[in-house]
Amino acid sequence: MSEKIVEIKDLYVDYETDDGIVHAVNGMNLSLEKGKSLGLVGETGAGKTTTALSIMRLIPDPPGVIKKGSIMVDGKDILSMSIKEIRALRGKYVSMIFQDPMTSLNPAITVGEQIAEVLREHDRKMSKSESMKRAEEMLRTVGIAEDRIHDYAHQFSGGMRQRVVIAIALACNPQLLIADEPTTALDVTIQAQILETMKELRKKFGTSLIMITHDLGIVAEICDEVSVVYGGRVVEHGTLEDVFNNTKHPYTEGLFNSLPNINNRTAMLRPIPGLMLDPTEDPPGCPFAPRCAYATSECEKSKPPLITFSDTHYVECHRYKEPDFKLQGRD
Amino acid sequence: MSTNSKPQVGKKRSRAAETWRRLKKNRNAMIGLSLIIIIIVVALAAPLFIDYETQVINQNIAERLQGPSLKHLFGTDNLGRDIFFRILYGARISLLIGAVSCLICCTTGVALGAIAGFFGGKVDDIIMRCFDILLAIPSTLMAIILVAAFGTSLFNIILAVGIPTLPQYVRIARASVLTIKQQEYVEAARAIGATNFQIIRTHILPNCLAPVLVQATLRVATVIADAAALAFLGLGIPEPTPEWGGMLSAGRAFLRDYPHTVLFPGLAIMITILALNLLGDGLRDALDPKLKK
Repeated sequence: MSEKIVEIKDLYVDYETDDGIVHAVNGMNLSLEKGKSLGLVGETGAGKTTTALSIMRLIPDPPGVIKKGSIMVDGKDILSMSIKEIRALRGKYVSMIFQDPMTSLNPAITVGEQIAEVLREHDRKMSKSESMKRAEEMLRTVGIAEDRIHDYAHQFSGGMRQRVVIAIALACNPQLLIADEPTTALDVTIQAQILETMKELRKKFGTSLIMITHDLGIVAEICDEVSVVYGGRVVEHGTLEDVFNNTKHPYTEGLFNSLPNINNRTAMLRPIPGLMLDPTEDPPGCPFAPRCAYATSECEKSKPPLITFSDTHYVECHRYKEPDFKLQGRD
Repeated sequence: MSTNSKPQVGKKRSRAAETWRRLKKNRNAMIGLSLIIIIIVVALAAPLFIDYETQVINQNIAERLQGPSLKHLFGTDNLGRDIFFRILYGARISLLIGAVSCLICCTTGVALGAIAGFFGGKVDDIIMRCFDILLAIPSTLMAIILVAAFGTSLFNIILAVGIPTLPQYVRIARASVLTIKQQEYVEAARAIGATNFQIIRTHILPNCLAPVLVQATLRVATVIADAAALAFLGLGIPEPTPEWGGMLSAGRAFLRDYPHTVLFPGLAIMITILALNLLGDGLRDALDPKLKK
């Protein structure tokens, strides 16, 4: 078995607000091998971003609290590290790309300085001119002319800014890159370019990737493995092949049914009925049961068991205890 | 040097250059700026043309209370000293008080405000409540108390007129930091491993510079006026050092028969403060991103 870059076990994260405790992550299990890429798919509020932030210990505290569980990055226990150790890790071993490139760059300093900042932060001995030279290289790597190094963020388009953000994230050649919906704020043509750039760079630097998205198309494009997240838990996990062609969990099926079908353009979309469960509640049964077309009374009562289909593929669902249970299938 | 240089998409223009470009279009601000530059040049150059001992503080009773003439452009005061020269020299004191007190209070105030806003919680509460107390005391009263308690040296006066302006800086800095620290680029900076100090220095302070700069320009004016008021009340720089407020105060007794003894120092104060306010307003407009075309 090859080395794991990230391993999250039984992670619980709560936000303790004045209006009650929000259970954002409820027993998350994740693991990713070195050099591979994992897609974290789910609705808004499923706990994807919270999971990603906890890998970097960036959960806003207060109100966020990591209740229990363990997070190992490259064999090191993140949760027992001191702030200083964590800071050395951020940007150097683990980097993050944020959702909106319009707001994730500082408007008051040039993009070159922002790239150089990461480099100097992690190598205090590096001279200013040396770091600017590296910044130029990084800009060229992400496909921006290096003579724009002295420009400010507002002089770039959205796609270009996201390239700059990628350049910042990859400047220190991190082991793991977390991309939190990196293309959501961009239009589709730019999305394709950015994904292409990310794919190339990942190949070049050998970076592992966690891609957070609600777009299954992006997952198919860029990921080796997929974890479908619902209510702060992974409800289905498998390789791209497993999840896309051999969908097991009713929620995953629902996600696919919510997409337009290119072969049958007149078909109606079939959205998942209902809303995400209120995260301040902690239902006794399967969190998806109230919205699930296959739910039985048992689903409401007890937590679903883990059912494995192969070394790579598992779901959390009561119904697979019945040997001949099958989803109705997709259109 | 770059061989494959593509056509420039946008001209390289820093924010300072952009602000200057917009400030230039504002006629009032440019009038203010020119006046300030003239006053600064005069203040700096005064010792080159005027001899302090013989022309500024030397009393000449024979020529006392003369009206404006070619020999004495603004006339003379009750001790026969040339008012014009005294005003030129007085600009040095007023500008020194304005600039130094502004510099000291602006840096302290902004630093404290940034700390309060960034760290929040108890630190925020303690700092802000202290300045709320300061804010509750009228500024002139505060200055009088400070000078009365510690004496009328130049440095004491600088602090006395400056300290009442502190809460303004603290509040402005805190308010901007509160909005800026929510920005995603601050979180992004944290994600690359930046320390709190570094985040405040490179990401937060440059972005809240605009309101602070405007405030500082306007505050120089109030500080100069306050210093003049102190001098008028007899708590300023002691005689014979020429100080605009002090000259006003000394001329008050002769206001009825020799109004020029009050008119010219008063005009000097007024013009300086007007110029600073014009520039401050212009800067506020020039730095306002909403007015960007």
